[in-house]
Amino acid sequence: MRELALNILDIAENSVSAGATLIEIEVRADFEKDEMSITIGDDGCGMDEEMLQRVTDPFTTTRTTRKVGMGLPLFKYSAESAGGSFQIRSEKGKGTQVCATYRISHVDRMPLGDYGGVVLQLVTMNPQVNFRFIAGDGERSGTLDTRELREVLGEDIPLNSVEVRAFLKEYIQENLVDIFGGRL
Amino acid sequence: MKSLEELRALREKMKSQTDNRSVAGSEETVIKVGMATCGIAAGARPVLDALLDEADKRHLHNVSISQTGCIGMCRLEPIVEVFKDGQKFTYVHMTADKARKVMNDHVVNGNPCQEYLISEN
Repeated sequence: MRELALNILDIAENSVSAGATLIEIEVRADFEKDEMSITIGDDGCGMDEEMLQRVTDPFTTTRTTRKVGMGLPLFKYSAESAGGSFQIRSEKGKGTQVCATYRISHVDRMPLGDYGGVVLQLVTMNPQVNFRFIAGDGERSGTLDTRELREVLGEDIPLNSVEVRAFLKEYIQENLVDIFGGRL
Repeated sequence: MKSLEELRALREKMKSQTDNRSVAGSEETVIKVGMATCGIAAGARPVLDALLDEADKRHLHNVSISQTGCIGMCRLEPIVEVFKDGQKFTYVHMTADKARKVMNDHVVNGNPCQEYLISEN
């Protein structure tokens, strides 16, 4: 993984697999404190205490085909190797919340990367899930909620139709540039 | 800057257009891109983007592109599966450029890109 955006995509895909109906992803930056945080929360199936203890071990996975699961360990490592921290909370039947923090100026902090592309992919490739994205730097902030988008579009026009996708691509990119302006 | 007002306008425009999409799709081609940790780390996102972009550019309405989990051969990622004419084609070690070629040669023109298929790798 070379971008934090790819880590976000990977963890959000876990939430999709966990049967979530709403996934909230928040990226916040505080340039004065030199800190940023990424929080991904879902209302999926969650996990029990015993699984939670083992979940950041790369040799833990819910898959049955093999015994390796690298998503969460890589995300954890991305934070801890960049002067940050990692937390995961989960409750069986309620959902899971993952939070990673970073020191923005740390030499080993991965760049955020093409986060706009990841947001677009999550929104358009998972029609059964609602997403709420929040981005902010303390002064400016923005929210994208697919429930709001669906309300505007009505039932007959899907989020993944060509025209809507083209609109969203620019809409997301412009707003992200306005908030973070390439600083992450 | 774009606002949700524009999305509202777009919706009105789309509603007034007659949708000829449902008429076009007789034989659907299904394309799946592996998007688990292994796929993402190997570069599956640019591959998916390229496939979607080509489908948009060529107005391919009888092609369905979606993502899937780990296909099971992590070392061969990014993997793209094409289901066409009742057969499954597994393309491995894909890149955005290879994906565009598969769209052109295989999906549109019906000639599988033999050199990218798993049997050749």
